[in-house]
Amino acid sequence: MENQLYLSSSPHIHNGETTDQVMRKVIYALVPASLVSLYFFGLPALSVLLICTLGCMVFEALSCWLKKIPQTLADGSAALTGILLALNLPPSSPWWISLLGAAIAILIGKQVYGGLGHNPFNPALVARVVLLISFPVQMTNWTAPAPLTSGFDAVTTATPLGEMKTAVMLTGKLPALAQSGFSDYLLGNMGGCLGEVSALALLLGGVYLLYKKIISWHTPVAFIGTVLVLGGIFWAIAPEKYPSPLFHLVTGGLILGAFFMATDMVTSPVTTKGMLIFGCGCGLLTLLIRLFGGYPEGVSFAILLMNAATPLIDRFCRPKIYGQRPAKA
Amino acid sequence: MKSALKNLKSFAGGLHPPDGKHFSAGKAIEICPLPEELVIPLAQHIGAPAEACVEVGALVKKGSPIAKAKGFVSVPIHASTSGEVIAVEPRLHPMGKHLPAVVIKPDGKDLWDDSLTGADPQDLNAAELKNRLQAAGIVGLGGATFPTHVKLSPPADKPIDTLILNGVECEPFLTADHRLMLEETERIFDGIDILRKILGITRAVIGIEANKPDAIELLTARGAARQIEVQALEVKYPQGAEKQLIDAITGRQVPSGTLPMEVGVVVQNVGTCAAISDAIRRGHPLVERVVSVTGPALVEPKNLLVRIGTSLQFLVDQCGGLNGTAAKIIMGGPMMGQTQLSLDVPAIRGTSGVLIFRQQDLPRYEAGPCIRCGRCISVCPIHLQPTSIAACARLDMIDQAAGYHALDCIECGCCTYICPATLPLVQSIRYAKAAIMAQKRTT
Amino acid sequence: MFASILTLGGIGLFAAVALGVAAKKFAVEIDPRELAVLDALPGANCGACGMPGCAGYAKAIVDGSMAPNLCTPGGSEAIEKIAQIMGVEAQSAEPQVAVVCCQGDNQKATLKYRYLGLYDCNAAQKIADGPKTCPGGCLGLGSCVRACPFDAIEITAAGLAVINRDKCTGCQKCVAQCPRSVIHMTPRLAETHVLCNSTDKGAQVRKYCQVGCIACQICKKNAPEAYQIENFLARVDYSHAAAAAAVAEKCPTKCIRDFSHGYPDGSSYGVPTPEKLRGEAV
Repeated sequence: MENQLYLSSSPHIHNGETTDQVMRKVIYALVPASLVSLYFFGLPALSVLLICTLGCMVFEALSCWLKKIPQTLADGSAALTGILLALNLPPSSPWWISLLGAAIAILIGKQVYGGLGHNPFNPALVARVVLLISFPVQMTNWTAPAPLTSGFDAVTTATPLGEMKTAVMLTGKLPALAQSGFSDYLLGNMGGCLGEVSALALLLGGVYLLYKKIISWHTPVAFIGTVLVLGGIFWAIAPEKYPSPLFHLVTGGLILGAFFMATDMVTSPVTTKGMLIFGCGCGLLTLLIRLFGGYPEGVSFAILLMNAATPLIDRFCRPKIYGQRPAKA
Repeated sequence: MKSALKNLKSFAGGLHPPDGKHFSAGKAIEICPLPEELVIPLAQHIGAPAEACVEVGALVKKGSPIAKAKGFVSVPIHASTSGEVIAVEPRLHPMGKHLPAVVIKPDGKDLWDDSLTGADPQDLNAAELKNRLQAAGIVGLGGATFPTHVKLSPPADKPIDTLILNGVECEPFLTADHRLMLEETERIFDGIDILRKILGITRAVIGIEANKPDAIELLTARGAARQIEVQALEVKYPQGAEKQLIDAITGRQVPSGTLPMEVGVVVQNVGTCAAISDAIRRGHPLVERVVSVTGPALVEPKNLLVRIGTSLQFLVDQCGGLNGTAAKIIMGGPMMGQTQLSLDVPAIRGTSGVLIFRQQDLPRYEAGPCIRCGRCISVCPIHLQPTSIAACARLDMIDQAAGYHALDCIECGCCTYICPATLPLVQSIRYAKAAIMAQKRTT
Repeated sequence: MFASILTLGGIGLFAAVALGVAAKKFAVEIDPRELAVLDALPGANCGACGMPGCAGYAKAIVDGSMAPNLCTPGGSEAIEKIAQIMGVEAQSAEPQVAVVCCQGDNQKATLKYRYLGLYDCNAAQKIADGPKTCPGGCLGLGSCVRACPFDAIEITAAGLAVINRDKCTGCQKCVAQCPRSVIHMTPRLAETHVLCNSTDKGAQVRKYCQVGCIACQICKKNAPEAYQIENFLARVDYSHAAAAAAVAEKCPTKCIRDFSHGYPDGSSYGVPTPEKLRGEAV
């Protein structure tokens, strides 16, 4: 009878949390924001969410089949990328934009580099930025929120950041909406991508991730903190040209980016010191693009640029190993 | 006592695996009866294995030497009971191979060797005490089995000022040291005094984790009059690792690549202290030790006082056998213990525990790609980057692995425990360390 | 408009002149034979010759510090070409290819324990001397596959390494990796080999492997000059390869394999090309 005992190297216990459980928890954290987007944008939002998520999963399965390796759908990362991508698209996106985005995110953003763990850039953001640059019209076609209960059809509108950029470029001054209406922005009653609208729902998800120790506080705090501090400095200098830090906080993709995109483990630094630098860099770039750049929203570009800097940050932020502190008395 | 528990010290890094102590923490040490056969391997310690000095047919008494030490970094091996030597041949060793061993059939009388005599430590100087320790086969009982007399002989340019006693027992499931501290306090304290005499120092601190409040209370109270301090430590694995223990208690960090003597400290396990006391006062060599036979698979987990050479099968039988089929047999704790090929291996001097896991007690294992979550880096007590070292090992990039300080790894297992991709990080790092050492030998 | 034409034209001219000067000033003298030799080498950078890459070996050949016949992957073809370039006589050694001397896959050989851990033979060997009961048998975890620069080794579904004799160039990287020394070099022309690596006594071998050599000596009795038995293990004497082939079928455990009838069970390689086996160009 063959020996049925297992032999392995130590350790022989594990804390039980595996990759698929981590991905699943992030998906749970995105549920409040997804539900809010369904409430404000209705069926179009549902179609975007479904096509992106299922599309990503199909393309992942296809890649594994083509590469002749075991299927990786079970680790949940494709579904997560799909949901994140959907939350980065406008609610009026045609089906082919969602599908194309899914293909770009999985095939170009992830599989080409070797699959999970090997991609240098956040796949959902790669797809969003490629779509934004290739199809600027469809990607900036915003609908006003029409809560499911109100029975209105979709009405085109602009995002608060978009309005701000246009107004500042044309008149050099902030529009009225940049100085008030924050409660609307907080709850989600504004134009924008599916995931940009409700800061509250996103914060709920972010707090859940922090509580479950899926992410650490360093990146979000550094990111948002930098935006608030720098935004505050500019606002103090010229309040008629630059909006208040609070405006920066609740509009655009800042909270989505800080809690869900910049914290993507694969593409961000591995040490806490590195995460702080990463977050600060993201915050700085976001603010510069928002205030002085050509695009109204800078979060996606800022995160992608900092993704590129991640290997460098990791190289210079190696922890100081035990045994290098001089002996105390 | 409350203040002792409030003033908890610790180190950076580490994690909190589930205790598992409840299986055997409340069980007083039970004397394990003599088995039918004792298989005593000649390689039970760090350093050169001992050389057999008995032949088949020889009659031995308890404590008679059956193998001589080979060189300075070595100790002799002794018969664990009186009886007849029935074989001197290779037998299955806990390391997974067949290695030379002396097999004794007990005669049931269990008589000590008459030539063994105790002495009063006051009458002996440091050198004489150390010689007696070597002759008694005393090695570190925390699991490393380093010959104690060597540890107590630092070179003159490395002065020692602190003796730290390791009563931490941070590995889950193991409770042998805990019970020993509660039940054999006097012998431990006596051992500490002998150690202090050998080293010529006065400061002795016992480190105990806060999950053993009864031990902390007892030893603090009794130690006060003997100038033995007790430092309560935060419950965290691997607090009992030498470097982390020294850092927590003294605030000093042992420089990379050196030993604790570099920062003026010597660390000894509390079990070793008790063995030292027996060796000097009663002249008894190391022939038995406390082993926690525990884990969810045993009908009745226990802390047994086991004779060296008793088979694990016999120990499991003493604990009422298994409820289920064994899937993994671990000698030691679950974080750093060694898996065994069968229960027909003997308990040796370094056996602090025996754990049995069934299929349902094993963790899930399907190694996926590293997702760069950084958890291994945040839990590493040496602040290394385990995932980077493992990646270098997988790609055979040995120089880069050395650049990540792979040799500083203490193989505690924290990184592998926490890795969501269930990567075998410790195994990869061990591979890298072996490759680096091989490279060093050839250049 | 003129300004931009002039500016860009000026930059282009400046760059061209700078590059031309640099090409002359910083030119490296290369012996033209070096490039020709490099061309003749297979370009796999496998390290069989002892140099880390083909470029290094080409340089060493041309400046005379290394012999021109060390490239086993290049074979006689490369050696002849190099000899022609260097103006010396070609001296090629008999081509050797590697063979895994084991047929004990999971169906035919027992395991000592169930291994959990790194999918690597060297790592598994460190845990209680490897999961296979047979101390010399192939572990099938693929260290050799990863070491082979020519993609000439596969692991069958039942966990046995098999080397493709057509693709193997004899660089010996797999031999260096294998912790059980189960891979041996054999003449490419020889078709018959004893695929066992165990030096245990026959009775022991029978317990842990259905296709292991039990040193029954039937092969040696039928072809005394073709087989040597040493340490309870038969080995083919390749100077009498034809005689060895004739008695291969008589082996009771079927551990002697005639590769002209195909590779070990489970392999996807089919049959080695007869011409290649005979060393002829295809």
